[in-house]
Amino acid sequence: MASYLLAMAVFAGFYALMALGLNVIWGLAGMINLGLVGFFAIGAYTAALLSVKLHVPMLVGWGAAAIAGSVAGALLAVVTARLKGDYLAIVTLGFSEIVRLTASNEIWLTGGTDGISAIPGPFRGALSPLGFNLVFAGLIWGVVAVTALALGRLSASPFGRVLRAIREDEMVAAVAGKPVLAFKVRAFALGAGVLGFAGALYAHYNGYVAPDAFQPLITIYVVLALTAGGTGTMRGAMLGAVLVIALTEGTRFLDDVLPGLAPVQIAALREALIGTALIVILTWRPQGLVAERTRVLQLEAL
Amino acid sequence: MTDLLQLLINGLLAGTLLAVPAIGFTTIYAVLRFPNFAVASLATIGAYGGYVANVRFGLPLPASLLAAFVTAGVAGVASDEIALRRLRLSGPLTLAIASVALTIVLENCVRFGFGNDLRGYDLPVLRDWRVAGLRIGPQQVENAGAALVAMAALFLFLAFTRTGKMMRAVADNPMLASLKGIDAVTVARIAVFTGMGLAGYGGMLIGLDTSVDPLTGFRVMLSVFAAAVVGGLGSIPGAVAGAFVVGVGEELSLLVLDPAYRTAVGFVAILAVLSFRPRGLLGERAF
Repeated sequence: MASYLLAMAVFAGFYALMALGLNVIWGLAGMINLGLVGFFAIGAYTAALLSVKLHVPMLVGWGAAAIAGSVAGALLAVVTARLKGDYLAIVTLGFSEIVRLTASNEIWLTGGTDGISAIPGPFRGALSPLGFNLVFAGLIWGVVAVTALALGRLSASPFGRVLRAIREDEMVAAVAGKPVLAFKVRAFALGAGVLGFAGALYAHYNGYVAPDAFQPLITIYVVLALTAGGTGTMRGAMLGAVLVIALTEGTRFLDDVLPGLAPVQIAALREALIGTALIVILTWRPQGLVAERTRVLQLEAL
Repeated sequence: MTDLLQLLINGLLAGTLLAVPAIGFTTIYAVLRFPNFAVASLATIGAYGGYVANVRFGLPLPASLLAAFVTAGVAGVASDEIALRRLRLSGPLTLAIASVALTIVLENCVRFGFGNDLRGYDLPVLRDWRVAGLRIGPQQVENAGAALVAMAALFLFLAFTRTGKMMRAVADNPMLASLKGIDAVTVARIAVFTGMGLAGYGGMLIGLDTSVDPLTGFRVMLSVFAAAVVGGLGSIPGAVAGAFVVGVGEELSLLVLDPAYRTAVGFVAILAVLSFRPRGLLGERAF
């Protein structure tokens, strides 16, 4: 049980880190990214390949994964620079499917649908499974805390202010002399880098990556985490990730409550519940649990 | 040369099928101004509606296609009323996200009811026609014919009926339409019914071509979105043109690419077209 809870804490950490990455792209800069699982996959495969095929030290692989994610993000942002938001939604969704398609078919590189196994984990050999989960839970939440702090500082900096200005009104930001495109590309690259880094940690925790792990459903989990927690805030991204895990894992016990359902029906119910939760929150509490505090100019005070 | 001609024919037939759900997607965009990703699951729902009519009730294909249209149309309006209508004022991006969530919910409703098994329609086995070294499946031709019937019906509806004209008016200029006393809510409902109905009809045509399972709609969605975007989101003739570009492109890609990458063609087409014409081949005019 302790091992299970720790494993859930680790997964909450992955979602939290991804939600933080998405928060830069969507929460601060207001660019929709329905393909975030694609960047996560790029990071996971980069780290897995470097470590299994080239025996590169783990930390180097993590750095490379973050860079790979960010390069992919920057490229996508440049290519889609002139597109309106709704086109970006379609392109990003397509992007993640292309990543999955490539991972399934470039068998010489990625092992196809069999995936890559025997990826080393930090101290995995020296520890019991419980100990490994404990170490990894500490590691991932440490990374989440540092990332949240750093991104929080960034969000309060002039860079973050420009991103929020772009989110609210691109034209105004441009008129104020801000190079909108450059800021958008940087925000996308930064967020995608965090997503790629999360993917690298996932590969080394799981010891195994395969295309099936990178379904669009993961994107929905992360969007739900960020929206439920509070778009635009770092604390919200972390809180939301914990909530999503509570929801996905809490419903694991549905078959005790609803006997007589086939496993496929239970699985369908659980996925449907996640989608429903996102729609309910978007409808009734779009600002999330931790609402972003934006300073509004008080005209009377002037 | 024969190979090339064969691929062209396959591509045109495939494009005709893609055009139907692409028109559905673009029709909803034209009136409601957001990409409604729920077309993926409603295409699947239509395929199942047609399956129940065809296999359980033994109806012939044309009646089953009608059943697919109505099932998806009704399910589309109902799910839109329940899940998306309250979000209309939250902006197109929130709606796009919510529609992805909705498509996951609906896909799992189908999975809950029917399981993950592959199903097929009750079809006679027909021998391919062979003309001058080319192979053409009679069922594929019949499917393409059914797709053309749906497109013709939509054209007549938009061109000559009062409701069709109302829809075009709202797509063209919502403010002016409301000044003329056109009720936006009703028009939105009709647009969703028509669009999702077409998605379901197209979903069944695709099911006839392949098989029916909870991911039938999702598997072709990348090509469908690509068709709509390449032609210009919100433009119905654009969706048709885009569907042919994507359909033929996917087939021709077999000359140089592994068949597994067919669906990537749509994505490349999106990027290529949008880099030069950010509003698609035919722009965004609805009709």
